Amino acid sequence: MSYHNPPTPPRKSATFDDATMAEIRRAAATGIYDIRGGGTKRKVPHFDDLLFLGASISRYPLEGYRERCDTSVTLGTRFARKPIKLKIPVTIAGMSFGALSGNAKEALGRGATLSGTSTTTGDGGMTDEERGHSQTLVYQYLPSRYGMNPRDLRRADAIEVVVGQGAKPGGGGMLLGQKISPRVAKMRNLPEGIDQRSACRHPDWTGPDDLEIKINELREITDWEKPIYVKVGGARPYYDTALAVKAGADVVVLDGMQGGTAATQDVFIENVGMPTLACIRPAVQALQDLGMHRKVQLIISGGIRSGADVAKALALGADAVAIGTAALVAIGDNDPRWEEEYRKLGTTAGAYDDWHEGRDPAGITTQDPELASRLDPVIAGRRLANYLKVMTLEAQTIARACGKNHLHNLEPEDLCALTIEASAMAQVPLAGTSWVPGKGGF
Amino acid sequence: MPVFDLSVTPLREFNQALHDIKDGANDTAFEVVNPRGHHSVAVGIDAPVSVEVKGSVGYYCAGMNDGGTVTVHGSAGPGVAENMMSGTVVIEGDASQYAGATGRGGLLVIKGNAASRCGISMKGIDIVVHGSIGHMSAFMAQSGNLVVLGDAGDALGDSLYEARLFVRGSVKSLGADCIEKEMRPEHIEALGALLEKAGVSDAKPEDFKRYGSARTLYTFNIDNADAY
Repeated sequence: MSYHNPPTPPRKSATFDDATMAEIRRAAATGIYDIRGGGTKRKVPHFDDLLFLGASISRYPLEGYRERCDTSVTLGTRFARKPIKLKIPVTIAGMSFGALSGNAKEALGRGATLSGTSTTTGDGGMTDEERGHSQTLVYQYLPSRYGMNPRDLRRADAIEVVVGQGAKPGGGGMLLGQKISPRVAKMRNLPEGIDQRSACRHPDWTGPDDLEIKINELREITDWEKPIYVKVGGARPYYDTALAVKAGADVVVLDGMQGGTAATQDVFIENVGMPTLACIRPAVQALQDLGMHRKVQLIISGGIRSGADVAKALALGADAVAIGTAALVAIGDNDPRWEEEYRKLGTTAGAYDDWHEGRDPAGITTQDPELASRLDPVIAGRRLANYLKVMTLEAQTIARACGKNHLHNLEPEDLCALTIEASAMAQVPLAGTSWVPGKGGF
Repeated sequence: MPVFDLSVTPLREFNQALHDIKDGANDTAFEVVNPRGHHSVAVGIDAPVSVEVKGSVGYYCAGMNDGGTVTVHGSAGPGVAENMMSGTVVIEGDASQYAGATGRGGLLVIKGNAASRCGISMKGIDIVVHGSIGHMSAFMAQSGNLVVLGDAGDALGDSLYEARLFVRGSVKSLGADCIEKEMRPEHIEALGALLEKAGVSDAKPEDFKRYGSARTLYTFNIDNADAY
């Protein structure tokens, strides 16, 4: 008797999925790793895995339109003579002129200023346009020291010593030749058109003891006026936070692996660092153990998209958040209106991540004057301000529902988790239980 | 001349006095006694002042100097004259790591030796070292001149950009993409002028070798992966 095999649908491997096999073929064809922009694309436990409980018999809510819910935050209250006062706890993260067009930087400054919040320079120095359009500007102090000078230090409102970022803790910057225009090259003291490698370590300090001396130098240069932030990638948040406090930081900025970058290796983005959700509680614990929670402010970044994310980050103990990718989307990045051009680049709106190639149809991650001119900085700034307003209103809506008259009054007890992973990371109970993995309960 | 005794006067007062100098001020000469290894002595100078430091200093002395003349009659800790914009810094003794790091302009003269990473990431500064320098000096150096009358340690000029390195003595090893280059007449002339500016009278520019970037790492190329 002959055996006839019935037809079965083709089955693809979960291990060797389409993206994995495409990457193997790409590597085999080119001999070089994949470079791209953005943050991790893999699914990791995130704020979506948390829910607010809202008010009940034991907690009463605030009236949505009648009772005030404050959103202000002051950063740099520990040592700085001139702390920063922001109207909302959503700041704009560091992104360089070079990685972004001048118009994009101006739009970020305009949007932040309209919203009463701060924006941040990046690995390339401060431009006059950026300073002029940003009421509150944080000046990054990076390993490369591109564009670093005492005049800009003095005209900044705060200084952010960048140790690492979430997309690539332990990695330096990268800006490929297509984006090293004459102006970018001049600001960075580099030959035009080269593939620029930024250092991953600071050139003149190593370790927390040196960092303390470096921070002291920056304070002496600026007469102790400016708040000094220390930014770290999500690697060892408890110890990094504790060491930043020990080194004298006014503010700790903690960036999880969903945080974007202008360009780095895909393998780095996807495999190094921890999810934002996993970073917050250890950092807050470090601040509490040192008696410095709310005295040294904590800014969380990496995948913040909505007022709900803001409220959740603050409920877990952050003082403020920073957005990068979301701000770029708000001003027009990956917008479907450019779909035809994204297709020509072999991608689609929502997936475009070859920011390092400088051919961004939206005119944001480019130095091409024609492409850059597509972005109207006034309109884009307004869009960012609208988005920030919505985020703020959303966060206030949730806070009032939890009975809080300031976003900072949100607390872990207002939250539950949808998954065991999120419960363990955020250290809030799994929904419907009092169980926190690793903490007991049942 | 105002004299600041750092054994009794807080460093903050001294640095603030330097920052408070107004344009056209007459009293622009300062003396520091008993520095006792203090960090951040005379940082953030933004005026054509002169500072004489009588003793040794810690980290970042004359950091970000912009137009001042600072002389240390002793040795300097790590990062002396880091990110200098303009002016002159002279160390009569030795300098520790990262001397002149990321400096953008001005002249740093070290009359003794400098430790590792001298001129790291330099961006336009001129550094003249009478003695020898340690390993990884001029790492990722972008522009400016590093002149060494003595010897250089391992991996000189690793991942160099357009800075020019002149060494009179031996070089233990060159870093990735750093090569010896021809000393053409314009280099002899420029080096001679720099030696004169730095007050070096016992060295001839013809005795130096020039090192610079082979520029093979300026663009990513998989065939260069072994260079790192």
